[in-house]
Amino acid sequence: MKPSDKTKGTKIEKMTEVMLANPVKRRSFLKGLGVVAAAAAAPLGAAKAISDKAEESSFWETFFQKHYKEMSAEDKLKVFARIERETKASHGVEVKVQDPQAIPGVKYAYALNLSRCNGSRRCVTACVRENNQSRHEPEIQYIKVIEMPRGTMDPENGNLYYQGESVPNEGKFYLPVQCNQCNNPPCTKVCPVEATWKESSDGLVVVDYDWCIGCRYCQAACPYEARHFNFAKPNITAEEINPNQSYLSNRLRPKGVMEKCTFCLHRTRNGKNPACHDACPTGARKFGNIMDPESEISKILKEKRVFVLKEELNTMPQFFYYFD
Amino acid sequence: MILRSYALFWMRMIQYAAVGSVKFYLWILFLLALIIPGIAAYYYQFTHGLIVTNLSDQVSWGAYIANFTFLVGVAAGAVLLVVPAYVYHHKPTKDIVIVGELLAVAAIVMCLLFILADMGRPDRFTHVLPILGRLNFPRSVLAWDVIVLNGYLFLNLHVSGYLLFMKYLGRTPNKLIYLPIVFISIFWAASIHTVTAFLYSGLGGRPFWNTAILAPRFLISAFAGGPAILTIAFRSIKSCTKLNVEEGVFDLLKKIVAITMPINLFLLGCELFKEFYTDSTHVASAKYLYFGLHGAHMLTPYIWSAIAMDLIAMIIFVTPRLRSDNRIFIFGSVLAILGIWTEKGMGLIIPGFIPSPLGDIVEYTPSIVEFFVCLGIWSLGGLIFTLLAKVAIGVLTGDLKENSSISSQH
Ligand code: SF4
Repeated sequence: MKPSDKTKGTKIEKMTEVMLANPVKRRSFLKGLGVVAAAAAAPLGAAKAISDKAEESSFWETFFQKHYKEMSAEDKLKVFARIERETKASHGVEVKVQDPQAIPGVKYAYALNLSRCNGSRRCVTACVRENNQSRHEPEIQYIKVIEMPRGTMDPENGNLYYQGESVPNEGKFYLPVQCNQCNNPPCTKVCPVEATWKESSDGLVVVDYDWCIGCRYCQAACPYEARHFNFAKPNITAEEINPNQSYLSNRLRPKGVMEKCTFCLHRTRNGKNPACHDACPTGARKFGNIMDPESEISKILKEKRVFVLKEELNTMPQFFYYFD
Repeated sequence: MILRSYALFWMRMIQYAAVGSVKFYLWILFLLALIIPGIAAYYYQFTHGLIVTNLSDQVSWGAYIANFTFLVGVAAGAVLLVVPAYVYHHKPTKDIVIVGELLAVAAIVMCLLFILADMGRPDRFTHVLPILGRLNFPRSVLAWDVIVLNGYLFLNLHVSGYLLFMKYLGRTPNKLIYLPIVFISIFWAASIHTVTAFLYSGLGGRPFWNTAILAPRFLISAFAGGPAILTIAFRSIKSCTKLNVEEGVFDLLKKIVAITMPINLFLLGCELFKEFYTDSTHVASAKYLYFGLHGAHMLTPYIWSAIAMDLIAMIIFVTPRLRSDNRIFIFGSVLAILGIWTEKGMGLIIPGFIPSPLGDIVEYTPSIVEFFVCLGIWSLGGLIFTLLAKVAIGVLTGDLKENSSISSQH
C-alpha cells in the first residue's frame, strides 16, 4: 500500500494510526502526504523529528495521551507499557512502572527532629537514587539541607552550600527542606492545566509528567523551592536507574517538565517508608499515618512542640519540625 | 456574493502587502535578517531544552516573561485611541484608530510567541484548549490570562477586520456589528493587564510581587509607555505613507503621557517607600534590585538607568516648551519606552526570584540564545505590524478598494 493514497486528506487521527503501525517509515510517509496535510502537520512533524530515537515511535502516542485522571485502566496499561518500552530503548534497562493507589484511611505526615539532624545529607543522596533524578545538567535534588546559625529560624539566613565533611559544625543546626505536601498548596492552584494536584485521600502532591506544559508557574508559586524543572532531558545512566517505578513518582521524566518529592509514593503506598527516612543515620526523621492515633507521628504531633516553615503563608504544611 | 468579494478582499490584501517601494523592501529585509537568527536560536532551544537559557530552578522566569509582560501593556495601551475615537468621537483619532488596534494585534501575537518560547513543552499547547485540554479555570490566573489574551486578540481582529472590509466595499459599517464589541474591548484591555499583574501579585511566597499596587502600576505604565509607542509608530507612518495622521492625534497622546508618566513614577515611589521604610526581611528583593545584596548586584545599573530615563521622559512630557518640539518629544518617548521596559520587565520579574524563598542568591541575565529569540520575536512582531498597517493604510487611503486596480507605491 502506498501511504499517500491511503491517507490523502485525512485527519490527524488517521495519520497517527498509520504512524503507529509504521513508525520507521514515518519520514517517507510525511513526504508522501498531500501538500495541505503536510502543512497542517508541519509543526508537529518538526517537533517529532527532533526528539530522540527512543521517543520517536511514541511521539504521537503521547501527543494524544489523556490527563492521568481521565485515563481508563486500559489506557493506563498502555501508557505504562510505553514508558517501560522507552526506558528499555533509551537505557537498555527493564523497569516496571506501576500505579499504586492511596491506602484508605491513611494520610501521611512527616516530622523532623532538628536536635538530631547532623547535616550529613544522607537523605539527599538516598532520595536521588530512589527517585531517578537527573544527576547533572540539570542536577535535581528534592531535599535541600540548610546550615543555620543559632538565633534564627528564617532559612534566608542559612547556608545551602556548606561543606559536608566536617558536619555538624560548631554552633550550627541543620534544616532539611523538601516538599511540604501542603494542605493548601499554592503550586496546584496556579497550574493552568491541572498537571499537578493534591491527592484527596493521602494528601500527596503529584505531577502528571506527561501533561505538564512546563510553564514553571508552580515553581514561582512554591515558597519551599520544592519544585524542580527538567531543563534538559534527564541525565541518568543505566546503572543508576531504579527499576521499581510508578507513573506519578519516580519513573524517568521527559524533558521540559516539572517534578517534585512525592514522599516516595511508590514506597509509601506499598507500606514502606520514604527513602530519605530510611537513609537518615540519626533517626531524626519520623514518617507515618496521622489518621492512626497510635502511630508515632501522631504522638509526636500531639506531644512535641512542632512547628512548620513559613506558617504565615497559610500553606498548611504536612511536614513538621521540632526540637527535643 | 459577499463571500466571493470577501475572498477577493483577502487575496488583494495579500497582494497589496507584498508590493511596495525599495524602502519598504529594505525594511522587510532588515526584519527578516533578525527573524531568521531568532528561528535558528529557537530551534536550538527546542531541541536541547530550556537548559540553553540562563534560567534556573531559582530564577524560573526571565527575558521571555519580562518581554511578555511589557507587551501586554503595549496591547492594552491601544485602548487610549479606542476610547477617544469611539466614545468621544474625536475625529483625528477616529481616522487612524484601526492602525492602533492592529498594533494591539501585533503586540498580542508577540505575547503569545513569548509564552510559547518560555514553555518547556510547547508541543503540549493543546492542553490549554477546550475539549482537548484541561484548562484550570477559574482557579489558575494563568488560565485566565490564556482566555483574556486570546479574547483580546479576537476582539481587535473582529473590529478592525470588519471596519476595513466595509471601507473596502465602500459601505457604511453597521454599528450593531462592531460597536458592542468595541465597548467590550475597552474593558477587556484593562482586564488583560490586570490579570497579568495578578499572575505575580497573587503569589504569597514572593513578597516582592505580592502587593496590591501591582495591577494599578501595570495599567498606568501601559498608559505611559503605550502612547510613547503609538507616537513613534504614527510619526513613522506619517512620514512614510500617504495616510494623513492629523496633529490632533499627537496632541492627545501628549496630553495623556503628561498625566500618566508622573503617576507611574509616583506609584513606583510608593512601592519604594513601603519596601525601604518598613525595612522588614521582605525588603531583600528590592535591596537586591536597587543596591545589590551580599555582593550580587547585576541589576542595579539597569534599574538606575531606567529610573533616570523615566525621570527625563517625565520632565519632557510635563514641560510645555520641551514637549511641543516634536523631536524632543520623540526622544522622550524613546526614553519612556526603554525605561518602562527595563523597570517593568527585567526590573520586576527577576528580583521577584532573588533571593529565593530559601535565601539562595542566583543571578540571571539572558543567554545569547534567549537574546536572539527575543530579538526574533520583536522583529516578527514588527513585520506583522508593518504588513497589517500597510494593508490598513491602503484601505483607509482608498488605494485598496473594490473595483479598483492595485496602485501601490508604498
Ligand atoms: S510547570 Fe507544569 S505542573 Fe507546573 S504549573 Fe506549569 S504545567 Fe503545571
